[in-house]
Amino acid sequence: MDALLLARLQFGITTVYHFLFVPVTIGMSVLVALLETAWVRTGKARYLRATRFWGKLFLINFGMGLVTGIVQEFQFGMNWSDYSRFVGDIFGAPLAIEALLAFFLESTFLGLWIFGWDRLPAKAHLACMWLVAIGTILSAYFILAANSFMQHPVGTRYNPQTRRAELTDFGAVLGNKVVLATFPHTVFGCLVTGGVLMTAVAAWHLARRRSLEVFRASLRLGLAATLVGFVGVLISGDLLGKVMTETQPMKMAAAEALYETRQPASFSVLTIGTLDGSKPVYQLEVPRVLSFLATGTFDGRVEGINDLNAEYRHRYGPGDYRPVIPVAYWGFRVMIGAGVLAVLVALAGLWLTRRGRLPGRRWVWTVAIWSVVLPFIAHSAGWIFTEMARQPWVVFSLLETRHGVSPSVPGGTVLASLIVFTLVYGALAVVEVGLMLRYARKDPPDDPPPGSTPSGDDQPMAFAY
Amino acid sequence: MELHDLWFVAIATLFVGYFFLEGFDFGVGVLTQALARDDTERRVLINTIAPVWDGNEVWLITAGGAMFAAFPEWYASLFSGFYLPLLLILVALIVRGVAFEYRGKREGRSWRRNWDLAIFFGSLVPAFLWGVAFANIVRGVALDDRHLYTGGFWALLNVYSLIGGVTTLLLFIYHGAVFTALKTSGGLRDRAERLAGQVGLGAAVAAVVFLIWTQTRHGSAASGGTAIVAALALVGSLVLNRIGRDGWAFALSGGAVAFAAITLFVALYPDVLPSTVDPANSLTVANAAATDKTLGIMTWVAVIFLPLVLIYQGWTYWVFRRRIGVQNIPA
Repeated sequence: MDALLLARLQFGITTVYHFLFVPVTIGMSVLVALLETAWVRTGKARYLRATRFWGKLFLINFGMGLVTGIVQEFQFGMNWSDYSRFVGDIFGAPLAIEALLAFFLESTFLGLWIFGWDRLPAKAHLACMWLVAIGTILSAYFILAANSFMQHPVGTRYNPQTRRAELTDFGAVLGNKVVLATFPHTVFGCLVTGGVLMTAVAAWHLARRRSLEVFRASLRLGLAATLVGFVGVLISGDLLGKVMTETQPMKMAAAEALYETRQPASFSVLTIGTLDGSKPVYQLEVPRVLSFLATGTFDGRVEGINDLNAEYRHRYGPGDYRPVIPVAYWGFRVMIGAGVLAVLVALAGLWLTRRGRLPGRRWVWTVAIWSVVLPFIAHSAGWIFTEMARQPWVVFSLLETRHGVSPSVPGGTVLASLIVFTLVYGALAVVEVGLMLRYARKDPPDDPPPGSTPSGDDQPMAFAY
Repeated sequence: MELHDLWFVAIATLFVGYFFLEGFDFGVGVLTQALARDDTERRVLINTIAPVWDGNEVWLITAGGAMFAAFPEWYASLFSGFYLPLLLILVALIVRGVAFEYRGKREGRSWRRNWDLAIFFGSLVPAFLWGVAFANIVRGVALDDRHLYTGGFWALLNVYSLIGGVTTLLLFIYHGAVFTALKTSGGLRDRAERLAGQVGLGAAVAAVVFLIWTQTRHGSAASGGTAIVAALALVGSLVLNRIGRDGWAFALSGGAVAFAAITLFVALYPDVLPSTVDPANSLTVANAAATDKTLGIMTWVAVIFLPLVLIYQGWTYWVFRRRIGVQNIPA
């Protein structure tokens, strides 16, 4: 078996899987912290009940993000050892700093939050959740800085003696214009995810008119988070489009399946037929919009795949520098489409629940519940797009993916690990979704606020596994 | 001392910290099957490590990331070379990690039973395999002139590395039993002390064999000194455990784990992964290191943030310092 293909497949599967949990962790940690803040400030029981209800869902998800994250770190060395040798001088530092600054913060203070209800004063307990949220967001910054180096390698110089990329300017790596755009884009996307999840679960309860106090507050918070998150995603996405056009023009051209350079360029909404550069059967286009997305002006010039391929051959030597166009084209559209649908649901929801209203028609709630899949589709499509449309490069302009794979690991070994991870991840997905559904349908806990009566040495703990 | 020497010390420190901390939570994981008599006792054991195991595991993630950053060649050769053991460790850490959170989330005997097995094997397998892996690092592996491992999976299972695995497994179980004695009350505490005494003897035998082998084949004067410290710490810990001084027994069992690991790193230095094919192919602190620029930046980050981590992680242990007994487990 071809080790390269298998290693890529494994990276794709484990990364997309890992990133189903990460947005929930980031988004929900902020929302749970907000709910607990509301409780500490107002003392209203519904906020405490909401905090504990959502905290439980947050925790069911958190562990999965954590354990699948360890695989990500190990995988670079296991499957991509030549990549690791080539970029380690730059790429390793953000990973190490991520662990030291973010993972310790998240894991330590989450432990305190879970088990500290009767051990810590309310404000200290609240501070723990905010530190968890800060940790998750810091972690996003460093890992995205590492990824942005792969998209747009800056602060580096190729050393022919050691045959690797070496660090020249760490500030440039952390201030990479790609990370400055992808970081808000991703984190706001995570906020949307948390918001939509909260909306969907609250909708399930509200449709049944259960625990109205808790879930009305949750629903409004979820909807607001979705809206705020979307505005952030939109602004940063616009910025990211322009940065991408500048740093990876091939990616933008692939996103549009734009074969010939055009000025002005129109945005393709959808295409029926093939995307191989021959005449499509049917194409729905909006004039000049791609020019605006890519350059910020309505008559900007957007370079096409064929011209770029020729230019790259000239610059980087013979080869084919086109990514798989249909994956890029549809990945980009699915990402945007799912995100837009999610915000439409949120806008409708905010309108329908204004001033305490609760819609009576069941299908309205059904739509809200099923909208939960949208942010996951958007994140997955976005990552598949941004990683696949960088191909054939693993580090743009410096290292091709095929040169990054571990030369000493046989295909059969990679296949074995691919099968193991797929089976384990598949089984855990069933368990995790089952638990999420089960706990999402429970009523929020009703017992007296923990912490109000510090438990003595002989009494049961406020919370235990 | 050059920067890459300093970073060798830093990587060693991170792994020593990892083995000290996750060592006892691996041990407790194994004891959930060996010591607990019923579900409530099992929950007592799990809850002694529940607030902290995750933070303990971050020491591994940090060590891995730091190795990637400070010694890319070491990270690349080691992780691609030790592929299958690392795969097993990963799977073990995955199922173990979710098991703590998930086991109480549903009723039903088979549900709990399955997660209990995940905790048991998820603790036992890495506790054994880390010893195998680090013994092989000290022993050296077949590295070719491109620093690629050519030995295959079975070559990693040699007598020396298997003794290394048994040593870490028994040491961690002992360390976990002493921790359990320190953190529980009532009958569980008494049985933990007794079991610690028994497992500790086995751990001492394995450790002495392993460290003497390490010392005669790969040792230096310095590693001889640290090996003796490790042995003395273990003996001292056993004595203190016998007389019921749980806190000091735990400090010294941690000392034994730490100095056994330090011995391996001291014996390894200045290599980081010796080649058994040709010494010229060996990875050393010099030829595996990142640039001084990267190491310099990492040094600043570590100097500022590692003490901070130690402070707040230490504070967690203070917050959860009280003993837990069956009476503290809610229904």
